[in-house]
Amino acid sequence: MAKETKVVSRKNMTKRAWTWHLMKQNKIGYLMVAPYMILFFLFTFTPVVLSLVIGFTDFNMLQFPNFVGMSNYVTMFLDDELFITALKWTLFFALVTGPASYLLSFIVAWFINDLDPRIRAIVTVVFYAPSLGGNAYLIWETLFSGDSYGWVNGWLIKLGVLSTPIQFFQNKSYILPLVIIVALWQSLGISFLAFIAGLQGIDRSQYEAAAIDGVKNRWQEAWYVTLPNMKSQLMFGAVMAITGAFGFGGIVTALCGNPPVDYVGYTLAHHITEYGTVRWEVGYSSALTFVMFLIMIGANLLVTKIISKVGQSA
Amino acid sequence: MSTKVKKMRTRRHTVVLNRSRGGDAGITVVLFILGFVMVVPLFYAILQSFKPLDEYFVFPPRFFVSHPTIGNYKDLFYLMSTSWVPFSRYIFNTVFISVAGTFGHLVCASLAAYVMSKMEMPGKKVMFQMVQKSLMFNAGVMGTMTFVILRYLGWVDTYWAVIIPAFQQSLGLYLMKQFMDSNVTTEILESARLDGAKEFRIFWSIAMPMVKPAWLTLIIYCFKDLWNQGAQASIYSEQLKSLNTGLSQIAAGGIARTGVSAASTVVMMIVPIIVFVIMQSNVIETMGSSGMKD
Repeated sequence: MAKETKVVSRKNMTKRAWTWHLMKQNKIGYLMVAPYMILFFLFTFTPVVLSLVIGFTDFNMLQFPNFVGMSNYVTMFLDDELFITALKWTLFFALVTGPASYLLSFIVAWFINDLDPRIRAIVTVVFYAPSLGGNAYLIWETLFSGDSYGWVNGWLIKLGVLSTPIQFFQNKSYILPLVIIVALWQSLGISFLAFIAGLQGIDRSQYEAAAIDGVKNRWQEAWYVTLPNMKSQLMFGAVMAITGAFGFGGIVTALCGNPPVDYVGYTLAHHITEYGTVRWEVGYSSALTFVMFLIMIGANLLVTKIISKVGQSA
Repeated sequence: MSTKVKKMRTRRHTVVLNRSRGGDAGITVVLFILGFVMVVPLFYAILQSFKPLDEYFVFPPRFFVSHPTIGNYKDLFYLMSTSWVPFSRYIFNTVFISVAGTFGHLVCASLAAYVMSKMEMPGKKVMFQMVQKSLMFNAGVMGTMTFVILRYLGWVDTYWAVIIPAFQQSLGLYLMKQFMDSNVTTEILESARLDGAKEFRIFWSIAMPMVKPAWLTLIIYCFKDLWNQGAQASIYSEQLKSLNTGLSQIAAGGIARTGVSAASTVVMMIVPIIVFVIMQSNVIETMGSSGMKD
């Protein structure tokens, strides 16, 4: 019914009148989308805009904010050594754990793709479980506990490798490798599932055609058939991995305390919380948030651009 | 929808192409090693929770438990009932927040996803683009700003501070919309429209039953996030805090609480895992359409 009126009436309408007509016709649509969009506007859109605006002030939650121009940003880059440290660690985790977790997710998903569906279901749970149980990483604290009753310390002493237990989470040369291991352990998340589904969705006839065309082994097959066919999942997975890697910080806090020893593994996420909800220097925290926002969006746009090139030369 | 599943199921009967024996063996070995690394800590967490107190302090430390006991779980429940905020309150908080937040999220996100996927109206593309772009930054770093807004609304230190923001998580809407795009055909909706059905009715009785895997997926993600939620800046009254916070306070009680703390870790992690095991096939099916095209 709706469609007929559309066709008839469009001819004698300007573009604007047509839009207005469509809007009136779809009133119910706006009504249905409203609850979500109002809340989205309030809790996702506004925080971003707010962080930009408040970033130019000295807001502290109590007094009316004064406009301070670029001073928060100047302080950040010239006067706040801890910010540089945090930025360094944020980029470090983003460049190390981000790509590593992405690759790991893909490789495991690819490896289990040929398994019998029932076995694959079990293996999926095995690999996905650590990221589901939110505080499951606490067990690493027990395994690497700093006294001789910690499993690792206990055995190293027993075997004569050590004479005194190592304070793994308080020693800056162990914090990084351990945090990275735990992060990777928990990193087979939503992108992993997207990859599994993406691989399953590839039409089998494509592989058969490729075999006839001379694709010799599974590695060639992955490059010429699999990857180009699941580009959209690769894209989605990348966005999830990048967002996760840049927001990294929770595991460090839980295992090594906040701030960690010598600020090893202290990220922007820590720095923002420190100024935002501990010192209540909300103006400065906003400026930090906005920088973080720009970095995340920038990294995502860059990577999705790269991924859209996958398989194009092949 | 169902044909897709069938196709997957029959796959194992067909001959596998281009697979060398050596490669298969290598992959199996790598999978076993990785799987072992994944499982051992979880397994250890479960074993730990069944150890009596004296087994925590033997030298050299033992991996397995020699005299399993459920004492730790008993103690956990005993401590729960004697803490100054009754423990049932923490459980109620987490269950209430998880259920209410998940329900609201499901309703808001499905309604919006339906409109963005199936209705022809000005502005829907812009709205979806905004939601999709918002996947590109972490809500966590916006915490301070969210707090400012919650304070302005007067919701700080109420359940709403946690429940309402959960309604608008963009991942849920994104997955639901993508799933509708590829699994709900426009023809069915058009014919219902021609029969004069109202849009909301089409949404409720035609589209919704077709996207069951997607709502189960939304449920598990939203539920998992809310269930695992720890201490929040926006909630400081002890009576409103989550189970996770309550359990970590118990666990922080020193050496004598080692067993209880191990038991509480298991309780917290096992619930989302069980929910996922039950819903796995639906989640994977939903992820099939998660791909991002710009």
